[in-house]
Amino acid sequence: MFGFISRRIAMALVVMFVVALISFLLFRFVGDPVNQMVGIETTPEQREALRQRLGLNDPVLVQFFRYVLGAIQFDFGNSYQFKQPVADLIGRRLPATLELSFASAIFALLLGIPMGVYTGLNRDSWLSKMFLSVSLVGISLPTFFIGILFIFFFSVTLQWLPSFGRGEVVALGSFWDTGFLTISGLKAIILPAITLGLYQMTLIMRLIRAEMLEVMRTDHIKFARARGLPNRSVYYIHALKNTMVPVITITGLQLGSIIAFAIITETVFQWPGMGILFLQAVQNVDIPIMAAYLLLTAFIFVFINLIVDILYVVIDPRLRTERGRA
Amino acid sequence: MTDNTPTVSGSEASEAPRSAMARFLDSDLLHSFLSSKVTVLAAFTTVVLMLAALFAPLVAPFNPFDLAQISIMDARIPPIGMEWSDPRYLLGTDDQGRDLLSGILYGMRISLAVGFLSVAFAAVLGISLGLISGYVGGRTDAIIMRIAEVQLTFPAILLALLIDGIANGIFGNIDRETWAIWILTFSIGLSFWVQYARTVRGSTLVEKNKEYVQAARVIGIPAWIIMIRHVLPNVLGPVLVIATINLALAIITEATLSFLGVGVPSTQPSLGTLIRIGNDFLFSGEWWIAIFPGLALAILVLAVNLLGDWLRDALNPKLR
Amino acid sequence: MSILDIRGLTVEFPSRKDVFTASRNVNLSVDAGKILGVVGESGAGKSTVGNAVIGLLENPGRIAEGEIHLDGKRIDNLAAESMRKLRGKRIGMIFQDPLTSLDPLQTIEFQLVETIRLHLPLSKTEARAHAVDLLDQVGIPNPEERIAQYPHQFSGGMRQRVVIALALCADPEVVIADEPTTALDVSIQAQILKLMKRLCEEKNVAMVVITHDMGVIADLTDHVAVMYRGDLVEYGESKQVLGAPKHPYTQSLIAAVPRPDVKVHRFPQVDYIEGSAKPFKQIDIGTHWLGKARDYKSVDGPLLDVKDITMKFLTKDAWISKNRQYFTALDKVSFDIHAGETFGLVGESGSGKSTMARVITGLYHPAGGTAHFAGQELTSLKDKKQVLAMRRQMQMIFQDPFSSLNSRMRVRDIVAEPIKFHKLASTNSEVNQIVDDLLEHVGLGIAAAAKFPHEFSGGQRQRISIARALATRPRFLVCDEPTSALDVSIQAQILNLLKDLQDELGLTMLFISHDLAVIRQMCNRTGVMRHGQLLEVADTEDLFDKPQHAYTRELLSLMPSMDGLSRQNLEEELA
Repeated sequence: MFGFISRRIAMALVVMFVVALISFLLFRFVGDPVNQMVGIETTPEQREALRQRLGLNDPVLVQFFRYVLGAIQFDFGNSYQFKQPVADLIGRRLPATLELSFASAIFALLLGIPMGVYTGLNRDSWLSKMFLSVSLVGISLPTFFIGILFIFFFSVTLQWLPSFGRGEVVALGSFWDTGFLTISGLKAIILPAITLGLYQMTLIMRLIRAEMLEVMRTDHIKFARARGLPNRSVYYIHALKNTMVPVITITGLQLGSIIAFAIITETVFQWPGMGILFLQAVQNVDIPIMAAYLLLTAFIFVFINLIVDILYVVIDPRLRTERGRA
Repeated sequence: MTDNTPTVSGSEASEAPRSAMARFLDSDLLHSFLSSKVTVLAAFTTVVLMLAALFAPLVAPFNPFDLAQISIMDARIPPIGMEWSDPRYLLGTDDQGRDLLSGILYGMRISLAVGFLSVAFAAVLGISLGLISGYVGGRTDAIIMRIAEVQLTFPAILLALLIDGIANGIFGNIDRETWAIWILTFSIGLSFWVQYARTVRGSTLVEKNKEYVQAARVIGIPAWIIMIRHVLPNVLGPVLVIATINLALAIITEATLSFLGVGVPSTQPSLGTLIRIGNDFLFSGEWWIAIFPGLALAILVLAVNLLGDWLRDALNPKLR
Repeated sequence: MSILDIRGLTVEFPSRKDVFTASRNVNLSVDAGKILGVVGESGAGKSTVGNAVIGLLENPGRIAEGEIHLDGKRIDNLAAESMRKLRGKRIGMIFQDPLTSLDPLQTIEFQLVETIRLHLPLSKTEARAHAVDLLDQVGIPNPEERIAQYPHQFSGGMRQRVVIALALCADPEVVIADEPTTALDVSIQAQILKLMKRLCEEKNVAMVVITHDMGVIADLTDHVAVMYRGDLVEYGESKQVLGAPKHPYTQSLIAAVPRPDVKVHRFPQVDYIEGSAKPFKQIDIGTHWLGKARDYKSVDGPLLDVKDITMKFLTKDAWISKNRQYFTALDKVSFDIHAGETFGLVGESGSGKSTMARVITGLYHPAGGTAHFAGQELTSLKDKKQVLAMRRQMQMIFQDPFSSLNSRMRVRDIVAEPIKFHKLASTNSEVNQIVDDLLEHVGLGIAAAAKFPHEFSGGQRQRISIARALATRPRFLVCDEPTSALDVSIQAQILNLLKDLQDELGLTMLFISHDLAVIRQMCNRTGVMRHGQLLEVADTEDLFDKPQHAYTRELLSLMPSMDGLSRQNLEEELA
C-alpha cells in the first residue's frame, strides 16, 4: 500500500519535473526575453548588461535550476505586457477561476452521478432515453455556443441573470475575493458554472452508465442474484462500488480539465479569471504568463490525480495487500 | 465448454461460401443501422452536410471571399421571414454584408478540413505508437506511456492554445494565413493521439497473447509484419469509434479556438470565426449572425456524434 | 415425492432471424439427498435447464412450455419478486468460475452475513457465527480469521468452497451446480466433488450437477440425464446409463471418453456426432506434396535434447535490477525426445508445461540451459537463415481454437501464409493447390478455403490449425493442450487425426495435456511436471502401472474412476 502510494507520488514528481522543463524551455527559448523587455533604442551594450544581470549567459542547466527554485517560491518572472510580476497577476485572478471551477465541478458531480446510475440501471425507461438524448446534445454543442445561447435567453431576452462579470465580491483576507457571499455574486456565477459544468456532467453520466452496464454483466452480480439478493443491494452495494475505480479515474481527469476549459467560459462571460489572462498572453506572446499558467494547471492536475490514486486504495482491497493471494 | 449463450454451432463445411456483398447485406451491423431511424437520419445529415461543404463553390449562392460580390450596403440584413429581409439572403447577412448561408457553407469546409486532417494525424500517430508500445512492451512501452501520461496533464484546448502561442512566438505574424490551418491541425491532432495510443495498446496487449499471433511467430514471421498484418486489423474496431467521436471533438475544438481568436484568420472564416463575429452583435438584436453558424455547427457535430454512438454500441458484442 | 420436478420444459431464445430452442420437452426430477447429473456437449441446453429452474434465463430467453415444481408447488410462473425470495433461500446455485463469482470489493464476511440475514431471522452476531460455522463445514481452515478477508486472498479452490458456503447458507432444498469443477485443477476438483457429495448427504439437499465431464458424472451422481442439442436423449440411474447406454448418442459419447485405465489404438469412429470428418484419405507419401522435400537429415540419438532449461518471468519490475522479482516457471528441466515418438508432458496449471512448449518453439528465451534439435543448439541461434530453417521443421498446435486463427483472414490465407513466407511453392496456383490438398487431408474439404474462421465450429477450427502447422512440412509437432477446449466427441476425432498424421508422416510430437487419460492414449513416454520441475519421466504404460514419484501416485489416485463406463465399441481397439 505504501509502495503503491509512494510510487504514485514519485510519478507525480516526474510529471511535474517534465512540465517544469517544458515550461522553462518555453520561457527561455521562445522569443528573446531581452527583446521583450527593452525598447528599440537600447544599445547592444545595455542589452548585454541586462542579459548578464538576468543570468541568461549562464549554462542552461544552471538557468533551469534557478527557474525551478524560483517557481517553488512563486517567482515566475515579469509579464512582458504588463511589466509586473506574473505571480501577482495570476494570484489576483486565481480566486475567480477556482470559484467558478469549484461551482461547476459540484454541479457536474451532483447531477452526473445520479443520472449515470439511473440510466445504467434502467436501460430502457423513457427517462433514461431522454437523459441520453439530452446528453448527446450536450456534448455536441460547443461550450462557447451554450454560453452564447444562455446569454441570449437568460440575459438578453429574459433579463434574469447577468451576462458578464462576477457581481459584487467580498474580500476574505488579503488574498481572496469571494463572490459566494453576495446575492449578485451568486447570481453571476449561475450561468458560467452551468455552461462550464454541462460538458463534464454529460461525460460523467455517460461514463457511469457504461461502467454500470459492464458490471451488471459480471459473474459476481449474477451470483448475487442467484442468492436472492434484492435489487437494492445488488445495485447499490455490489454494482456501484465496482464501477467506482474507472469512474474515479475519468472523473479526476475531467475535473482537472475544468480549469483549462474555464478559459472558454471566462471569455464568453467576461469572467475576470486567469483564463482570460492566459488567452491574452497567448495572443500577445507573453511567454512568462504562459509558462506559469502551464505549471499551475499541471500542478492542480497532478494533485487531483494523486487524490484519485489514494481513493483507489480506499476502495479496492486488492491494492491494499501488496502480494496478491494467500 | 459451457453453453450459457445459445449459439447454433458450426455452419456446415460443405455449404458454398457467400460473397462479401451477400454477407454484408445479411450482417447484424447493417441491420442494426437500418433499424435505428435516428442513426439513418444522422448518417443522411452528415453526408448531405459534407457534400454541401465539399461542393460549396457550386452550391453556395455567393462567394464570400469575392470582394466584388460583397457590398457593405447589404450588411446585417435579417433572415427571410423577418422585417427588412432580402430574398437574396436566405439566412441574412453578417456585418460586412456577406451572405450568411454561403459563409456557413464555406466555413464548414474549413471546419471539416481541419477536423479530418487532425483526426488523421492523431490516428496515425496514436495507432503507431500504441501498436509499438503494446507489442514491443518493456522499456519502450514504459517510455511511450509516460509521455502519454504527461500529455494527459494538458487538456486538449490548453495544449492547442499553447502550441498556437508558441507558433506565434516563433513565426511572428508573418504569413499567418498560410500556416494557421496547419498549425491548428497539428495542435488539435497532437492533443488527441493519446486516446488512440492507449486504446490500441490495450487491444494489442490482448491480441498479442492470443494464439494466432504466437502461431505466426512459430512460423518465423518477423515482428513488424505480425504487427501490421495480424494485430492491426484486429485492433481497428475501437479505433473507428474513437475516430468518429474525435472528428466531432476536433470540429468543436477548431470552432472554439477560432472563437477565442487564435484559430484560423478571419479572412478565411470557419464556423467558429463566424460565431465570434456574430457574438458582438448579439446584444444589439442581430442574433442570426451568431446563432445560424452555431446551429450549423451543432447539427454537424450532433450528427457525427450520433453515428459514433451507434457505432460504439454496434461494435460492442457484449451489448447485443 | 421428488423435491424438484421439471415437466415438459421447453426454453426458447427468439432472435431477429428465427427462434432458437435451447431445450425441448425436458422431463427431470430429483429427490432429497440425491444428485442428478445433466451431461452434454456445448449447445446441448444443459445450462439453460439450470437457469430456467432458478429463474435467471438470459435475455431474451423464455419458458415456452412446461412446468417446474418445487416440493409440489409450481414455481415457473411465479412473479419476479416471489421468485427472488426463493433464490438462495430454497434453491441455491453454484457457478463455474470461482475467481469471478465473488464481489472483489467486499469481505467474505460481508457477503455471507448479507445473504444469511436476508433469508434467516438472525441478528448480526448470530449470522456471523453461522457464517463461521458454514466456512468450517466447507473445509476452510481458521474460519474465524479468514472470514474477514477479501476474495483475492483465497486460492481458486478455496474460493469455490466459499461459493458453496454462500449457496448453502439458508439451507436450501435444491442446489444447482453449473460446471462446478471445470475451472479447477484435478486435485482440487476431487476435493470439491467429495465436499459436495458429503454436504448433499449431511444436509439432505437435492443437487443438480450440470457438467460436460463424464468423470464427474461417474464419480458423483445417482441419476444422469444426457442432453443433445436441446433434447433429453437418455435418463436413468447413473450406473445403468453409463454401464449400458441405450441411445446411440450416449453410446458414442461414452465411447469417445478417453480412459485412464486402458489404452486404445484409435477412438471408435462414431457417426452420430455432427461435423465428423470424412474418412481419412490415405495418401502416398512418396508422391504427395507433404512427402516431398522431407529430406531432413536423420539424426543419431534424440531428435530433441533439452538440458537444464530454466525460465524466469518478471513479476515485479523495477529500474534497479536487484529489486526485480521473478517467478521461476521452469527449473532445470531436462528430457529428450526420439524421432518418431510422442512425448507427453502432464501437470496441473502453473506446472510449466506450456512454458516448456514455448521455449522449444522459440516464443520464449530461456534464462539458462540448452536445447539441441537435430544436433543444433536452439537457444543461441542468431543467424536468421538458421532460425527460419529451424522454424520450418518445428510447428505448434495451440489450445484455443477460437483465438489461434486470425479472424480477419480467410482460411486460404491462413494456411498459405507459412507456405508463402518460407517460399515452399513457386507459383500462386501451386500454393492454392497445396492449401486445397491440406484442407482435404485434415477432413475439411476445399470449400473451406474461401471462408472465415468464425464460420467453423471448434473442432473444425482445430483442423485448420493442424493444416496450417503441416504447411511448412515440419518433422516435429508441439501440441499444447490441443483438445482441452473441445467437446469430448470432437476431441476423439482430433486425437485420431493426430495419430493418423503421425503414422503417415513419421512426425515426432511433444504432446502437452493436463488430462492423464488423454496422455495415456497418445504418448509413448511421459514426463510429470509440478511447479516448474520435471519430477519423473517413464514409458507411459509404466507410469500408469508403477508410478515412482509420490506426486504421480497422487495425481493418478485423484482421477475420476471410469470403471463403470461401458466398453461397447472399444473392444477391437484395445491395446
